Amino acid sequence: MIEAFSSHTGLAVPLDRDNVDTDAIMPKQYMKSIARLGFGPYVFDEWRHEDVGYYGKPASERVIAAGFVMNQPRYAGASVLLTRRNFGCGSSREHAPWALFQYGFRVLIAESFADIFYNNCCKNKMLPIVLNAQDIETLLAQVSAVPGYALKVDLPAQTVTTPDGTTLHFDIAASVKARLLDGTDDVDDTLSLASEIKAFEERRLNERPWL
Amino acid sequence: MGRTLYDKIFEAHTIRAQADGMCLLYIDRHLINEVTSPQAFESLRLERRKVWRPRGNFAVADHNVPTTRRDEGITDEISRIQVDALRANCAANEIVHLGMDNERQGIVHVVGPELGITLPGMTIVCGDSHTSTHGALGALAFGIGTSEIEHVLSTQTLLVRRSKNLRVTIEGRLPAGCSAKDLALAVIGRIGTAGATGHAIEYAGAAVRDLSMEGRMTLCNMSIEAGAVAGLIAVDATTLQYCRERFYAPQGSDWDRAALEWRALQSDPDARFDADVVMNASELSPQVTWGTSPDMVVDITGVVPDPALVSEPGRRASCARALEYMGLSAGVPIESIALDKVFIGSCTNGRIEDLRAAASVLRTLGGRVASTIKLALAVPGSGAVKREAEAEGLHGVFMAAGFEWRDPGCSMCLAMNADRLEPGERVASTSNRNFEGRQGAGGRSHLVSPAMAAAAALRGHFTDIRTFAVNGTLQ
Repeated sequence: MIEAFSSHTGLAVPLDRDNVDTDAIMPKQYMKSIARLGFGPYVFDEWRHEDVGYYGKPASERVIAAGFVMNQPRYAGASVLLTRRNFGCGSSREHAPWALFQYGFRVLIAESFADIFYNNCCKNKMLPIVLNAQDIETLLAQVSAVPGYALKVDLPAQTVTTPDGTTLHFDIAASVKARLLDGTDDVDDTLSLASEIKAFEERRLNERPWL
Repeated sequence: MGRTLYDKIFEAHTIRAQADGMCLLYIDRHLINEVTSPQAFESLRLERRKVWRPRGNFAVADHNVPTTRRDEGITDEISRIQVDALRANCAANEIVHLGMDNERQGIVHVVGPELGITLPGMTIVCGDSHTSTHGALGALAFGIGTSEIEHVLSTQTLLVRRSKNLRVTIEGRLPAGCSAKDLALAVIGRIGTAGATGHAIEYAGAAVRDLSMEGRMTLCNMSIEAGAVAGLIAVDATTLQYCRERFYAPQGSDWDRAALEWRALQSDPDARFDADVVMNASELSPQVTWGTSPDMVVDITGVVPDPALVSEPGRRASCARALEYMGLSAGVPIESIALDKVFIGSCTNGRIEDLRAAASVLRTLGGRVASTIKLALAVPGSGAVKREAEAEGLHGVFMAAGFEWRDPGCSMCLAMNADRLEPGERVASTSNRNFEGRQGAGGRSHLVSPAMAAAAALRGHFTDIRTFAVNGTLQ
């Protein structure tokens, strides 16, 4: 069972790009693993490293790309990712949100997210927040200008608060919010409707034997 | 008010609707691959849950399988474990599974329609974003993550937010030298990679109706590259004819009943769409991507664009970054870009028509793959496609030209097996994503149609196939 998400305060790191795809977040060579854990060290692998990585390559052999924003000492330990449009586009791989979560991210803030990626984040109790272009611009400017820039996220209130006390509101579907907050298991919830599903299924299959 | 095709299929599968717009949707078919499913099966075991309806599932290994020397098995140990896990998970849960040694094995989005596992009016999901392909048959099909795979396995349902409706109407006729792939790239170039986020796309118009089922699948396949999880095309005579002879298609009186129901899978004339895009196919030129996002695309007659001329700052930065990664300079003519490798295949362009189109170019131009091309791959999308192509002698055409004729799988589209680019290598690829590192770390991808890829292989650089079209069609 994954823990519930309620509120979070953490250091923010900017990834000032549009269209960050899930191949970039979690390159395919690591998806050969049949485990759910162990992806954190490989998040943004080709951007964070100078060498070409492979699954199981010892950390001591990796060549760190010092210029990449996430490798800068001032952003060490960041748990809030700030980015631009269409984050998480491309492949449906849930390995991407797994890797982000296992690396330490708890909140992602963007101008927009790809649909499948957004769903996958919520299933893993990592909160994707959509803010408007102007707010994203402001946050990106502030995080670069202010060392130690931390954001406070309050899911029940649906707000993001900046270090200077500015509070920004975000939207989220009520049922998605409820699941993030109470940490209940989707499958258990749906199985409580088993008889309703069964009745629907029998009717549908009886009318259409080819299914 | 009238309903769209998407609305009709969505509502016919809605078990329960919530006030916030989330709906519990019944899923007719769940397609499974080896990469995104093992963690879902593991959770099922740990929670001691059973597969709700084994017959609603169908599995095939495609991402990780080698395309050569299959009789030797999979030499990459980690890949082998993943492919073996799929077989074991399916056996334990009584799910139909096509292994690497099965003659019908192939890419799940090619195999599903060709076996009739995909049929009109169905809801279809798969742990792969190119599930949008199946919408070509008038089905509602979309990609999901592993947590949702677990949900479908356990309940045969999904909690889904209803999408908005976007209609892309493409009028006119496709000119010689252009294909469904060029249409798909042109649509993405027009609306952008997030242009359809939150929407299901319905493709309509004369150019879409004129497409074969293979072409429609290519078009719907790349809906996800425009941000739409689903792309759909209304059922017509072409759809019904395609479905008729499929292995799992209904027979006899069941067929008549099914066909009657499927014919109604159209948007009503007064259906309301949230957004409309209208294009004309007759103005189309063969398309080539130049950057690291599928919407970075130009006509074959064009040049690599200059980021300095892009007004929007974010887009300007993306373009500059893409040029640096791609090793290209602004103003370079697309036709002058030299290639290292050529890949023909994938769930986008690995069907029989695609292979025919490529082989037709090879025959028309004659000669062999340029000496500067290190590797040219022709990878059929499925065992059935491979056999059909071989019966037509296409394999001979590819091999005589210097292409390698491989066994079916995803291959160099995402390079999980040995088929990949080395750092800095440049490919003309019929696949769907030109993301950084997609086809191999440091690799540079240009997306094109099968005919354009074949011509590029012979010339060693991109070339406008319209210049050798004879009497409007390639011979």
